[in-house]
Amino acid sequence: MTQGIPFNIPFLAVAALVGIALYIIMSKRNLIKLVMGIAILEAGVNLFLITLGYREGGVAPIYTDVPAGVMVLPVPQALTLTSIVIGVSILALMLSMIVHTYRHTGTLDSEASRKLKG
Amino acid sequence: MTMSKIVRSVSNILVLIVFIFGLYIIMHGHVTPGGGFQGGAVVASGAALIIVAFGSQSVQKRLKEHHLSILESSGALIFIGLAFGGLATIFFYNFLVGSPLFGHVPPSGPNPGDVWTGGVIPLMNVGVGIKVLAGLSAIILVMALTSSGAEVEE
Amino acid sequence: MGVVIAFLVAAAFLIHPFGQPPSQMDDYMIDNAQAETGTNNVVTAVLFDYRGFDTLGEATILFTAVTGVVMLFRATKKGGNEQ
Repeated sequence: MTQGIPFNIPFLAVAALVGIALYIIMSKRNLIKLVMGIAILEAGVNLFLITLGYREGGVAPIYTDVPAGVMVLPVPQALTLTSIVIGVSILALMLSMIVHTYRHTGTLDSEASRKLKG
Repeated sequence: MTMSKIVRSVSNILVLIVFIFGLYIIMHGHVTPGGGFQGGAVVASGAALIIVAFGSQSVQKRLKEHHLSILESSGALIFIGLAFGGLATIFFYNFLVGSPLFGHVPPSGPNPGDVWTGGVIPLMNVGVGIKVLAGLSAIILVMALTSSGAEVEE
Repeated sequence: MGVVIAFLVAAAFLIHPFGQPPSQMDDYMIDNAQAETGTNNVVTAVLFDYRGFDTLGEATILFTAVTGVVMLFRATKKGGNEQ
């Protein structure tokens, strides 16, 4: 793993995750499937942030009993921590709104709330 | 909908181990990997274990959610108060480096870690850990109460 | 839809090669974090000392989300539909 990886494989994985998530969000009608698509998009963005800061042959950026080697960048890891917590709270708020909508209309279809009533 | 007797007895013992492990991750956030957010999530998963094993209605008799709300607000106030403490220089200044409370400076390069280092950072870790613990436990308790049919009281 | 996929794949090839990121700011933080902040953990020093405002904003978001979830699950006197 210390040779150069030839084709930027982690960035292609991020592109695949974001593409699948965008397809799910645009083409599914059930509300729970929309929330799953947003969760996959969150996971793709977090993976992109971490793989931006990797150096070849790197160790964790902590000085307590560290083995020899260069350290990876610490700033993208701090930003990813913040992003994971924000994703969890947004998911909790979306699911509670889905429960509220289901009590009010009785269906889980997003097309049912398109017609404006009075 | 409580679970059987074996599950309840084992989870009584296991929740203590999970709680101590979460507190260890919170308190050693400046020496080993971890910190406030990660330790708070571990302790909240211990609270989820208790809610699943004992049923949410019997947990709600002891642990009402306005106690959790007071705990979360005090954690946020600890964090903001420490941020205002170094206001003589700049807003988030580390004013405890060099003083007798958490004030050692570690030698540069690899070293076995010392817990008394860090300045104002371990106290901020405790504040954020309490806030995340109370917040995630409140979310899990409210959602479990709603799905089991009872209404959330005031 | 195809335009978006083509843009994503092209961007994955045009970014810097995997393993040599530009790192001027992070070199300063790795070298000077032990003397200035006094911790061994550079990630915690970045989260709470060099970039403390991001942590303050995230604490605010967590507080607002918990308040919203608890408020949405209250029942009225009759139960069922809420205003």
